Amino acid sequence: MNGLYRRRALGNGAAITFAAASTALGLGFLGWILWTTLSRGISAIGVPLFTRISAHGEDGGLANAIVGSGIINFMAILFAAPIGVMAGAWLAEYAAHSRLGALIRFMNDILLSAPSIVLGLFVYVVVVLPMTAWSNGAVSFSAFAGALALALIALPVIVRTTDEMLRLQPMTLREAALSLGVPQWKLTSQVLLRAAGSGILTGILLALARVAGETAPLLFTAFGNNYMAFGPLEKMASLPTIIYQYTNDPNPAMHAIAWAGALMITLFVLALGLLARWFLVRGHIRHD
Amino acid sequence: MTSASSSTMVIATPAPATRRAERDARRDRWFARALKASALLVLAVLLGAALSTLWGGREVLFGEGLRFLASSEWNPVDDRYGALAPIFGTVLTSIIAIVLAVPVAFGIALFLTEIAPEWMRAWFSAAIELLAAIPSIIYGMWGLFVFVPFMAEQVQPALTAVLGELPLLGALFSGPPLGLGILTAGIVLAVMIVPFIAAVMREVFLAVPGRLKESARALGATTWEVVWHIVLPATRSAVIGGIFLGLGRALGETMAVTFVLGNAYDIQASLLMPGTSISSSIANEFNEAVGNHRSALLALGFLLFVVTFFVLLIARVMLRRLARREGTA
Repeated sequence: MNGLYRRRALGNGAAITFAAASTALGLGFLGWILWTTLSRGISAIGVPLFTRISAHGEDGGLANAIVGSGIINFMAILFAAPIGVMAGAWLAEYAAHSRLGALIRFMNDILLSAPSIVLGLFVYVVVVLPMTAWSNGAVSFSAFAGALALALIALPVIVRTTDEMLRLQPMTLREAALSLGVPQWKLTSQVLLRAAGSGILTGILLALARVAGETAPLLFTAFGNNYMAFGPLEKMASLPTIIYQYTNDPNPAMHAIAWAGALMITLFVLALGLLARWFLVRGHIRHD
Repeated sequence: MTSASSSTMVIATPAPATRRAERDARRDRWFARALKASALLVLAVLLGAALSTLWGGREVLFGEGLRFLASSEWNPVDDRYGALAPIFGTVLTSIIAIVLAVPVAFGIALFLTEIAPEWMRAWFSAAIELLAAIPSIIYGMWGLFVFVPFMAEQVQPALTAVLGELPLLGALFSGPPLGLGILTAGIVLAVMIVPFIAAVMREVFLAVPGRLKESARALGATTWEVVWHIVLPATRSAVIGGIFLGLGRALGETMAVTFVLGNAYDIQASLLMPGTSISSSIANEFNEAVGNHRSALLALGFLLFVVTFFVLLIARVMLRRLARREGTA
């Protein structure tokens, strides 16, 4: 009896130790990666990084990539947010119990984790190739194509959060509006979407955080550009693609600039995550 | 109608309320159509991604057929392309990642649901989620500049010294300590997917009814026995779903592995040797590729998409099975 008891206690102790060690390992890697990014990135951050373009190489900066990332991400959210909110609203309000609704919700979850590089290839085949052919090569890779590829990655995130946030709204809210004779479209667009506003905004912020660091789909859609570009039909630089380019460069001075860019993206993504959490918390308190 | 209009004024111009009802009904219809079209776009994207890569890769997929899948030769100079080496690299790195990540993710979920003191849980969960939020290119850079030297100087010489002499396993851990290679890529992938698997496990562990666990405790079960005999059997399908979700991520991941794989079209027994993967081949070569080369890369993209689609399909079905059972219980 005593031996059995000791064996069970030992097994339990081993499991607890293993669990604690696993958590420590996970947090250790988190700390290691964040520390590396912070320490190597901070030493390269300076004024020229924000004022000079990447055409100057190791004496240059990331100004064109910062502007490019801003434009491409903004356009991506501009494409994805309205469509995503509308699709999410349909799933929650019109198709909550329909078979097609269930299928789309299921497929949306798959799209959520689909490999982003294939979505980049998709946009390359259906946007970049035709545009090159129609314009006789005057327009090929473009910020527009890059934004479209990122929009496809942002879309399922927004669809899912909108769907979930709308379904959280109390049924009494719908009943109250319908009993006042409010038509369904007004109920959805002016009552429910407004009530779920902070939650939906959270979803959009999370989608932005998801696409801000995406690199692979931009390589063959927006391509990159060592000069400043503003037009949606121009090749455009972005922070992730320039980090990719500089990391492949043998010159250590370029690596330092890449780390500065990596630090910027990481801080941006983490700030978005915190902001999203803050919106969610505020929304919950208001509705409780 | 016009001749009678003077005498039947009321019928010719409907009351404002009726008109508004008609207008609302019309708007309702268009509103619903617009929303439905947006939702259908989700299906269109999935279908479009599959069809466009199939179309782009048709020359190689249909021209070469099975030879494309079975050949390990990848030679842009002779214009010959075989997918075996990238497929091999993708599968092997993903298997290494899953083998390493699943126990660690399970340990983390166990710690965060059953062991850690209450105040610690929210903070540590948020920290693990943070690991999932870091963009994959940061993993790639860290992998190349920090982890590869670490592997080359510390881990690989030790592995070769300890395991390299063993009769069968030895072949897996032989070769020069390059730092780069299949094993390194597998480990970086494992770090990336741990938070995804751990998040699913934690969520479903928390959903196990407290009275089940309390009953086991009342019978004298230890924490480990509660988890092994009560929590895991109750959540088995969702745990498998979470693992497949992680596998789907690992298969399609690009930037974290591209820098550390070494980009070599070889199939070698040793895990310490460089290799390639489907996604890193595409990322490295697509912009320079023309003709059959581009077609071969698009065909690889098609394969990757189809395989991850089915892996994620299994994941979602398994995850849904638990959710449904919960609903009926």
